[in-house]
Amino acid sequence: MPLIIPLLLAVALFCIGVYGVLARRNAITMLMSFELMLNAVNLNLIAFDAWHVDGLATGQTLAVFVITIAAAEIGLGLAIVLLLFRGHGHVDADAARDLLEQERGAEQ
Amino acid sequence: MTTALFSIAGAVALLAAVMVVTSRRIVHAALWLVVALGAVAGCFGALHAEFVALVQILVYVGAIVVLVLFALMLTKAPTNPLPALTTRRSPFAAVVALVLALILGSGVVLAFGNEKLKPVPDGSAEAVGTAVFRTWVLPFEVLSVLLLAALIGAIVLSQRTGKKGD
Repeated sequence: MPLIIPLLLAVALFCIGVYGVLARRNAITMLMSFELMLNAVNLNLIAFDAWHVDGLATGQTLAVFVITIAAAEIGLGLAIVLLLFRGHGHVDADAARDLLEQERGAEQ
Repeated sequence: MTTALFSIAGAVALLAAVMVVTSRRIVHAALWLVVALGAVAGCFGALHAEFVALVQILVYVGAIVVLVLFALMLTKAPTNPLPALTTRRSPFAAVVALVLALILGSGVVLAFGNEKLKPVPDGSAEAVGTAVFRTWVLPFEVLSVLLLAALIGAIVLSQRTGKKGD
């Protein structure tokens, strides 16, 4: 099996995730796109582990670690999203401009 | 055989990922995420990383997507199609993603275009567990501290601080 197939699949998944993060407006859908990008990284790790068998299962161990970090990230991310919803009544990432207004006020 | 299995799972993952970022219904996007993550788990299985595939299904499909669905429920996400779910700058986003795909793809093809991989069955729970607790013990402990910190952070963030000046 050519190594290029999993690598290209990972590239495609990562770029779909990038598109999702840039184009989506709802913060939760942006978080879902983050998950797609992390999965692309995992696919790379597993593919290189199967290509370069080092006896330490390096790629697979790191993939498990990345999955753990993804769980921590989504927990914190959703807590922040819920906080945003509680304060503003929406989860629109484009409309959350509190920090921008503060910056403009400080310039004046 | 491996290539065929991997290609099928990869095609499913790609289709589902496209649906995740283009679907106009948020709940449908979350459910397509289940398909995408499950198909990526299939890819892991085809590459003989069975333990990682199982962890992927357990943690991603079992925990993360359920968490996302709960968050959708708590933020009163509408179930009808929303045209405004994608911003007006989505063509620019598509251009950025395409350029990135071209750069990354050409780099990968140039670097690894002729390499072959032959998956050997070394992805059992025993192999990965031995590696984690023999070679990767310190990162594992650091990661558990990180997970604990994230847990405490999520609890602190979601506490209701009703009183002003607290």
